[in-house]
Amino acid sequence: MSEHVKKRFKPGNIPVYIALGFASILSIFPFYWMFVMATQPSAAYNSIPPTLLPGGMLIENFQKVLDTIPFFQAMWNTILLCSIVTIIVLLISSLSGFAFAKFSFPGKNFLFICILLTMVIPPQLGLIPQYYLISQLGWLDTLFGAGVLFLLNPLGIFLMRQYISESVPDELIEAAKLDGCSNFRIYRSIVLPIIKPAFATLGIIVFTLVWGEFLWQFTVLRDPSSYTLQVALASLNNSFNVDFGMLLSGVFWATVPLILIFLIFNKWFISSITEGSIK
Amino acid sequence: MESVEKQQRVSSAKESRLSEKKKDMLSGYLYVAPFFIIFGIIGLYPAVFSIVLAFQDWNGLGEMDFVGLRNFTVVLQDPLFWKSLYNTVIIGLMGTAPQLIVGLILAYFLNMAAVRFTNFFRVTIFMPYITSMVAVALVFGVFFSSNETALANYVIGWFGIDPVSWKTSEWGAKFAISLMVFWRWVGYNTIIYLAGLQSIPKHLYEAATIDGANKVQQFMHITIPLLKPFILLTVFMATVGALQLFAEPTVFLGSSAFTRDEAMTVVMYLYRDAFNLGSFGTASATAILLLIIIVGAAALNTWLTSGAGRRKKGA
Repeated sequence: MSEHVKKRFKPGNIPVYIALGFASILSIFPFYWMFVMATQPSAAYNSIPPTLLPGGMLIENFQKVLDTIPFFQAMWNTILLCSIVTIIVLLISSLSGFAFAKFSFPGKNFLFICILLTMVIPPQLGLIPQYYLISQLGWLDTLFGAGVLFLLNPLGIFLMRQYISESVPDELIEAAKLDGCSNFRIYRSIVLPIIKPAFATLGIIVFTLVWGEFLWQFTVLRDPSSYTLQVALASLNNSFNVDFGMLLSGVFWATVPLILIFLIFNKWFISSITEGSIK
Repeated sequence: MESVEKQQRVSSAKESRLSEKKKDMLSGYLYVAPFFIIFGIIGLYPAVFSIVLAFQDWNGLGEMDFVGLRNFTVVLQDPLFWKSLYNTVIIGLMGTAPQLIVGLILAYFLNMAAVRFTNFFRVTIFMPYITSMVAVALVFGVFFSSNETALANYVIGWFGIDPVSWKTSEWGAKFAISLMVFWRWVGYNTIIYLAGLQSIPKHLYEAATIDGANKVQQFMHITIPLLKPFILLTVFMATVGALQLFAEPTVFLGSSAFTRDEAMTVVMYLYRDAFNLGSFGTASATAILLLIIIVGAAALNTWLTSGAGRRKKGA
């Protein structure tokens, strides 16, 4: 009740609303403009004053995208890559997190510090040997090659250890052990159901990371049939006479799915940022 | 009779306790092993290999030749390396410093008790971060196209500025790339600062108000010092991220990315050496130089930021 009274509109705050509204408009405008250009012929781009209303070429422009890059193949590759990497990272992180949180074994703290230290190594230090390794394994142009680097996620182990030690009671594990449960059974039947919220947080972090990453995917994926969305989109911009309507149509359709997911689950996305960085 | 049975039970419990401990140890090692196996193959081995490569002449196919420090001298004497470092630092400063300041201001506004619709503002301001770097670079690439009729030229026309050739001019390219970095990351920093602001207990402000401190004084003496861990985190992340800039300029410039030098960054220089010119040795040397630069810059910025807070506190 008092919260409600406090939040009543105050005229003194008008400048604050103007500033926030301005920031919101600047944040959204490129999305809107991308949509407008995706529905216009390339020539609309040259008109003065600029075109700010949608036209009728939504389908035609997208058809041109489909003629230029294997869009749906790239979308499928991306979804497959992100999903598999996310599942494996969740599995590895939760198992290690469980071990670090609930078991005692010699060298535990040392190993945990080692994992944290690996966060400091910048990814492009190993870029060339990693590329060489992947090419020797014959994994260039494959999703294996594109995904393997992302399986290392020290932050995930850190988050899981934190979450499991806080939310899985020791007594529950002890009780399960007295009933003769194996450790893996405990992980599967007790730990997994409790840590679902942490899975959502880490899952969002990993999924969006792999979805948007460019340098590594650009390095190992050279064959158009293996392209992920980011590499395919970048290849749209590689001629001197780019059809802007076609280009932004590609970007628009590649961006829409993630934006929709974000708008539905925005609370999870936003809390994944604070939990992922502050702990 | 009964006591014997009890003893047996106790001793068997002890035994199972011991084997339980062993089982836990085994499971512990087993569960943490995947990370270390993967790290060994795709983390540690490449890092060591990189350091070895930096002292070799190698095109990725033939024999390696040990050349001592020659790769480093080649890179350090290459004007293009210094140009790319200069570009990286300038774009980094223009893209990240405003990002942190604006993020802090927006977070402060969003945290004001009397402001409504905060969830709407929070979601819209955060939305750019969800967009991929490639998508951002392409949209900004059209906005800042080299045509005279680019929308960006129309906008600067309002202020009486002549059209700029955004992709081929020294400052045009840098400005456009800085702006897209800024646009994508402001919301991210806002969210982190907002979490920081919400962690500051309200009674501190109430006490300060009773003591007669105005809003600016409260901001300088309560908000900033208590927000310091969050500021340190964002400064650190922004510094490391800025020095690794690759996707935005590469995609923004498209086909001319590796042939022009207005916006070539250090990672692009490294990439060009390795994959366009086939010189893995000098590229590895560049990677090590970049690592040293990143560690140095991150340490310096962290030190400067924490120092600034301390002085203010003492004053």
